[in-house]
Amino acid sequence: MSSLLTRRKSGLPADLRTQKDLAALKIRPRFGIAQWVSIGVAIYLGLTLIQFFVFNENWKWDVVFSYLFSQVIMNGLLNTIYLTLLTTFFGLILGVITAWARMSSLVVLRTFAVLYIWLMRAMPPLVMLLVVFFFGALVPTLGIGIPFGPSFAEVPTNDVISRFSAAIIGLSIYLGAYSAEIFRGGILALPSGQFEACKSLGLPPFKAYQKILGPQLIRVIIPSLANDVITIFKSTSLVSVIGYTELLTTVQTIYARNFETIPLLMVAVIWYLVLTSIAMFGQARLEKRFGRGFARRNQGSPKAALENAAKEDL
Amino acid sequence: MTTDTKTTTPLLQLVGVSKHFGELRAVDDVSLNITAGSVTCLVGPSGSGKSTLLRTINMMEEINDGAVFFEGHMIGHEVRNGHRVPVAKSVARKQTLNFGMVFQHFNLFPHYTALENVTIAPMLVKGLKKRAAQEIGRRVLEQVGLGNRMDHYPNELSGGQQQRVAIARALAMEPKVLLFDEPTSALDPELVSEVLGVMRGLADLGATMIIVTHEMRFAEDVADEVIMMDAGRIIEQGPPRDILHNPSTARARKFFASVGTLSAQKG
Repeated sequence: MSSLLTRRKSGLPADLRTQKDLAALKIRPRFGIAQWVSIGVAIYLGLTLIQFFVFNENWKWDVVFSYLFSQVIMNGLLNTIYLTLLTTFFGLILGVITAWARMSSLVVLRTFAVLYIWLMRAMPPLVMLLVVFFFGALVPTLGIGIPFGPSFAEVPTNDVISRFSAAIIGLSIYLGAYSAEIFRGGILALPSGQFEACKSLGLPPFKAYQKILGPQLIRVIIPSLANDVITIFKSTSLVSVIGYTELLTTVQTIYARNFETIPLLMVAVIWYLVLTSIAMFGQARLEKRFGRGFARRNQGSPKAALENAAKEDL
Repeated sequence: MTTDTKTTTPLLQLVGVSKHFGELRAVDDVSLNITAGSVTCLVGPSGSGKSTLLRTINMMEEINDGAVFFEGHMIGHEVRNGHRVPVAKSVARKQTLNFGMVFQHFNLFPHYTALENVTIAPMLVKGLKKRAAQEIGRRVLEQVGLGNRMDHYPNELSGGQQQRVAIARALAMEPKVLLFDEPTSALDPELVSEVLGVMRGLADLGATMIIVTHEMRFAEDVADEVIMMDAGRIIEQGPPRDILHNPSTARARKFFASVGTLSAQKG
């Protein structure tokens, strides 16, 4: 036993031989080779990127900035924002209704919801937009009536379907199907005890969802929902196939004329970055708002998660 | 005659209630009377159907056979053309309000403070104004000894405190019967007594309580009647002293010996 002790002491400086000295030493994070290497890589990448972006004439940043705030681009940008907001609004409403139908006890509603989701998942959004836009070719008039029988009211399809409304309808029914599955996933993720508590207190379903289940649900689904909404920003560029001019279409028409392809695409990318930043900021705010009463397990590093878990144990 | 039946009608009656999960008969032809102001403890081995029985009372589980009567009226079903159908959901919700339920895992609303947990149902279901609901909320939280924890979120409270908030939440709706589903089973041993203390206080105030529990000592002290279940049926029923210390069936003797209320050599 004594030999074991001496062997352990042998590797230490002479002034730190007692256990008391060792116990008194401060504990610091271990700063090993991995940290130094990662910092080296970061510096290397940083310099490469500066060289790539700043000291490369071919980007033509002067062209980029001359177009960045120009009137045409602003119009396209506004159209993109307008399209995204309306699509998100109608799409999410459609998603909630579909999720509700999908979980209904009525088999007819359930079947409708499943068929709708199945169809939308199968259909490329491009095809969807074209079908909606050329719906007039399929059905010349829209009306309410009895199938194969008389119709009570009719309007020409092309009066209802414009480039704008076709874009909104096409993208909304697409987002509706995808967000329905996100909502349903959120509901499935709620602990069954929450439903039981609501039921035992006699809460009507709508109020239970509004005040108790909904806020908990939103907390869980924000990351996936934000993903879908941000995807819609970029999906709006698909409406160029039906000739609606949003940001990317505007950019395309300009570089088709002056051949400044990369700089003009950069203009679009910069605005998409701005929009995405706003959306992500909104996401963070929402997560904070609906994270009330929960330990912040979902934020930060695995280390923070461990610390939170330890706190919960207390 | 009418006054006579009124005074003798039990508050709650179960007549031949059965609940099946596929092949399993979780509750099998159970009949039971609960008088107002009584404390009934349901005991038995796990899987004996005591929790399921409790949950059939406030319609958390739909029953397959039999009927539940509250104050002499059938609840959960109504007669239509010579058979029974489930009542409309709005009617079922009203009937549920006769019962307050406390769960094993508390089931508090994590995004609301203790006070909000307690006041939300009075506001949303009974339509009380915020101030009136908070008055009730403060009173019931004081009653369970949490007057100083009203603004805490559930994850800032200990298990025992959370369960006491859950009891307060049930009390705030002023139910006529309190149902407890293993209220202390998820708690650390040192926190059990604070919850049992609150429940004892409610019993002293004359609340009608039905409690699924493994706390035999508590059952012996507080219950007016102990019911032991096994395989979905009631196999012993009576005053706690008789049931816990002198059960008549061999199954019950074995069970109470294992939980320690009966000396093993006798069983």
